[in-house]
Amino acid sequence: MSANLDTALGLGSTNRWWVKAINAAVCALVVLVFAGPLIAVIAGAFSESRDPSRLSLVPEGFTLENWVVAVDRQVLHYLGNSLIVVGIGLLLQMAVSVLAAYALARKRFRGAGVVLLLILATMMLPEEILAIPLAVVLSDLPLLHLNLTDHLAGMIVPIVAWGFSILVMTEFMKEVPRELEEAARLDGAGEVRIFWSVVLPTVTPALGVIGVFGFTMIWDQYLLPLLVASGAENYTLPLALRSLRADPEVGIGVVLVAAALAMLPSILAFLAFQRSFMRGISSGAVKG
Amino acid sequence: MTAVEHRDTSAGTTPRPGPTPRGAVRRQARSGRRWVPWAFLAPALILFVTFKFIPIGQALVMSFQDVQPYLGSEWVGLANYSALFATEEFGTAAWHTAIIAVVQTAGGLLLGFALALLLEGQARRLWIIRSAAFLPVVVPAAVVAELWRIIYHPTEDGVANSILGWLLLEPSQWINSPDSSMLSVIIVGVWRDAPYNMIIIIAGLVGVDRSLYESASLDGAGWLGRIRYVTLPALRPVIAILVTLAAIRGMRIFTEIFLLTNGGPNGSTEVLMTLIYRMGFERIELGVAAAGSVVLLVGTIALTLIVRAAVRRRDA
Repeated sequence: MSANLDTALGLGSTNRWWVKAINAAVCALVVLVFAGPLIAVIAGAFSESRDPSRLSLVPEGFTLENWVVAVDRQVLHYLGNSLIVVGIGLLLQMAVSVLAAYALARKRFRGAGVVLLLILATMMLPEEILAIPLAVVLSDLPLLHLNLTDHLAGMIVPIVAWGFSILVMTEFMKEVPRELEEAARLDGAGEVRIFWSVVLPTVTPALGVIGVFGFTMIWDQYLLPLLVASGAENYTLPLALRSLRADPEVGIGVVLVAAALAMLPSILAFLAFQRSFMRGISSGAVKG
Repeated sequence: MTAVEHRDTSAGTTPRPGPTPRGAVRRQARSGRRWVPWAFLAPALILFVTFKFIPIGQALVMSFQDVQPYLGSEWVGLANYSALFATEEFGTAAWHTAIIAVVQTAGGLLLGFALALLLEGQARRLWIIRSAAFLPVVVPAAVVAELWRIIYHPTEDGVANSILGWLLLEPSQWINSPDSSMLSVIIVGVWRDAPYNMIIIIAGLVGVDRSLYESASLDGAGWLGRIRYVTLPALRPVIAILVTLAAIRGMRIFTEIFLLTNGGPNGSTEVLMTLIYRMGFERIELGVAAAGSVVLLVGTIALTLIVRAAVRRRDA
């Protein structure tokens, strides 16, 4: 029992076969419980079964009919709306974040503390709670007097400034050595040049972090699109799930096609940027 | 020169308001004009003001008004608040929200902690299992809700009821009965919260001093003792943050409930956000809905401050 105690449970330190067997079984159970249902969604999208109570890890029979019906029910249109919102929204969000982070990380100025406090305050305000007044603001933008109700733009503009993204970027930009900036300044580089060709290229890994977080955050939006879209024309994919489910003429398979399309992009984004994601989630939370 | 650079970077990690001597003046002179940082901050600040701070003001104003679009609003004093508190459904919704926030937070934390202990380690196999378990966190809430509606199908051959069957238990109506609807909603929340907590706790476990495990073992502590005396104390700050985050998530819960039960059956899962949504967009009582938003906002801020103060006091 001279254990190599690398973990609290001391797992892996014992060679007894039954400990290993139980451990493997529990791990399999964990995967089944958390990932199994998601695999069942994809399997169900190809399944011939129309029984609304069934979920299985392999399709029962194989058919593309669900997909044909789903396309007929405008699912590609909803997917398109979602992609427009996430594409434009993420691009703007990342741009706004790097600009703000540059000022917060590389400049010392009067009021920086207040700005930081304001950003932290926005992160403490759960967006759902402000939904009602936000809808009123969106129906008549201050100064511009534009009505963004029933426009995809109304789903985009409120999520462009995101405190989390700005703070993560700020932390990364603080790490850029001053010497790089000083040298560029001696060479006569202006503020925009330093931002664009000195600081920004050195924080490209951070772009991955705020990119994947921003993507998941925007793709998960539900209440905001629900408030903005008054008709099916402007529905995003998550919103369409509910109306598809309520549609008596489409089966469970069609709902699962839409569900699969709604979850695959965020799963793929997560798998592709896994290390960035895990790093961001632990550092972001631990720093509070 | 290097000394100055060092002080600057260390000060930069904890920015404070107010002027700083010498260094700041020099930095400002070197980095040019005063308006430069504000130009970089402008887009973010304008958007925050428009879509965060103006809505707060709007909610406050509307909560004291009888809001009538196109007709002009009238000031009604505290009438919206008294109307809100007079309805029985507000109290019920607040109670449900509190139950969900507390039970879901506790459940998610316990399960997350158990998963973290189980899946802690550097092995590639563990990394893959952790990633698989993490997937529910990145899947959109709307998909999670639709998926669990199918799992909770109330017939005997539904997925959840089949599992009960294997355990020799009676089938349940799950989200379709007021008796089991709250529990069903909370299970979904725990399913989605636990993997998130797991990842953060595992990140925290990396910081636990390994030699303490050895010495605890030498002192005769078993695995329970090691968790009690080594792991938990080391994780305190991480757990405090997770509790705060989860409690706030619980207070603002909307999408999952809206799609799983829409507050039903018979109002048994109505939470504050679904009630506010109903008031604002189905009954068009914008003033009362705004009053509800203000109450929830104040509650959330109070909760955050209380938790933070509690954590700080225990740390001191």
